[in-house]
Amino acid sequence: MTAFVPVVKSRSAVADRVFNLVTAGAAWLVLILLGATAASMAWGGRLAFETFGLGFITSTDWDAVAGKFGALVPVYGTIVTSLIALIIAVPVSLGIALFLTDIAPRWIRGPIGIAVELLAAIPSIIYGMWGLFVFAPFMALHVDPWLNDTLGPLPIIGAVFTGPPIGIGMLTAGIVLGIMVIPFIAAVARDVFNAVPPPLKESAVALGSTRWEVLSRVTLPYARSAVIGAIFLGLGRALGETMAVTFVLGNAHDLSISLLMPSNSIAAAIANEFTEADAELYRSSLIALAFLLFVVTFIVLSAAKLLLLRINRAHGKTH
Amino acid sequence: MGLILLRRRLVDALAFLFASGATLFGLFWLFWILWTTFRQGFGAINVALFTQMTPPPGSAGGLLNAFYGSAVMILLAVIIGAPLGVAAGTYLAEHGRHSRLAKVVSFLNDVLLSAPSIVIGLFVYEIVVRTSGHFSGYAGAVALAMILLPIVVRTSDEALRLVPDQMREAAFALGIPRWRVTAQILYKAALTAILTGVLLGVARIAGETAPLLFTALNNQFWSGSLSGPLANVPVVIFQYAMSPYDEWHALAWAGALVLTLFVLGLNLAVRIIAKRTSK
Repeated sequence: MTAFVPVVKSRSAVADRVFNLVTAGAAWLVLILLGATAASMAWGGRLAFETFGLGFITSTDWDAVAGKFGALVPVYGTIVTSLIALIIAVPVSLGIALFLTDIAPRWIRGPIGIAVELLAAIPSIIYGMWGLFVFAPFMALHVDPWLNDTLGPLPIIGAVFTGPPIGIGMLTAGIVLGIMVIPFIAAVARDVFNAVPPPLKESAVALGSTRWEVLSRVTLPYARSAVIGAIFLGLGRALGETMAVTFVLGNAHDLSISLLMPSNSIAAAIANEFTEADAELYRSSLIALAFLLFVVTFIVLSAAKLLLLRINRAHGKTH
Repeated sequence: MGLILLRRRLVDALAFLFASGATLFGLFWLFWILWTTFRQGFGAINVALFTQMTPPPGSAGGLLNAFYGSAVMILLAVIIGAPLGVAAGTYLAEHGRHSRLAKVVSFLNDVLLSAPSIVIGLFVYEIVVRTSGHFSGYAGAVALAMILLPIVVRTSDEALRLVPDQMREAAFALGIPRWRVTAQILYKAALTAILTGVLLGVARIAGETAPLLFTALNNQFWSGSLSGPLANVPVVIFQYAMSPYDEWHALAWAGALVLTLFVLGLNLAVRIIAKRTSK
């Protein structure tokens, strides 16, 4: 009996060590995968970076035959479509978050919250298809001609809204992206609003504040950094989204100020061209694009996470 | 005084209108997209969809090989990604709870969670497709597993944290070794939550297209082998929707409807399970 106890103990100690090692190894795997992704994109894109240097980022060339590649058009398209998406999604998402936390009657909050979350669950390829077959024709028929007629003749900004009414281009892609990121920002912003300590809001109400005053003077100032975090999270999603924009962006490698012109984005360029890229330099240029995208989204998402960390800690939540 | 009050009330009413309008605006797109998918998809659904292979351009057929390929790759991705995710989540919530590694991993896991899936596709292309020399269903499954992993890490971490500490203390007091506490008590307590996390992950990877474009590619024919290019629903939808043929468009919509029903159904099921267990 006395000999039996130590044997069990040491065996369980070994099992404990093994269990610890396995779980820690799995945790390391997350880090390794992230690091390996960055490293492999840098490695795969080295030929493009070596060949073009900094000119890779500032050049608008994209000529597979002549072997000249520049990232400016897809980078520009990525930024512009993401900005359009944010311009649409930010006010709408904050409105939804406000509605779900303070305005809607309690019984309706659950179902509408679920509906918004379902909007986030729809695969992006469905958004893309809908964009191509339904929304782009709608834009071509109703919105593009109107923009051409009313905003087109204006000085300075006119050029931005002048273009062929084909419904394919940065404006359509930006709107589809905006619809896509609304539920992401709204869901996080709702949690952020809910994390504001009720006594703060109650005090404001007791002093006679209206709902708008509670939001603008108590909730938003208290949750400012987390709200920005939620927006950054949406931006991170928008920058890297592929399928929703690939359908409606037009895959054109021309730099144009007009939002109605077909353009390109980093993700769309990779999706459209990677399997056709036969030359080593061509493929390397696309991977270099992916490297740029990965670095930028990494920074944006890290910033989002840092901004959200504070309020979540106060709320006792871990994500 | 009265004027100021009036102005405040007016601003408040406007904010009320704006918030309600924003919600209607958001839901409007949901219904528009669902309506389109249902209307176009239902017209294209028939028996052939589930019994025939993807057709050549301009003729009718089904999506049987694509459904099969997607199902196999999702299954394999779960087999690879779920255990690893649960293990990493266990480290974050239990064995490494206060360690620096856990903090860093928890932070970067969220970054990986939202990382562009097309970059993950390229990564798997570089390490699997390039080294093996050909596109394959295995590569597609690995890419999907890499997207599933951070979701399972996050949800299993949260699931384990929800288990009350008294349960751990009671188990330790009985002298049960740590690993058995985790494996036999905590996993049991958190099982439903961990499973719903995996199901949410499945719903997410079922519709992922970008990571499959350069890994599983596509295959017009029936292929039971995972070591060659494999047909799958998202990439077929992508290729058929971009094509100029009406028959292919119809098939793309049918695939889109099945995919949407699957994803939304899983999401609703997860919510119902979660609600039932929380009661």
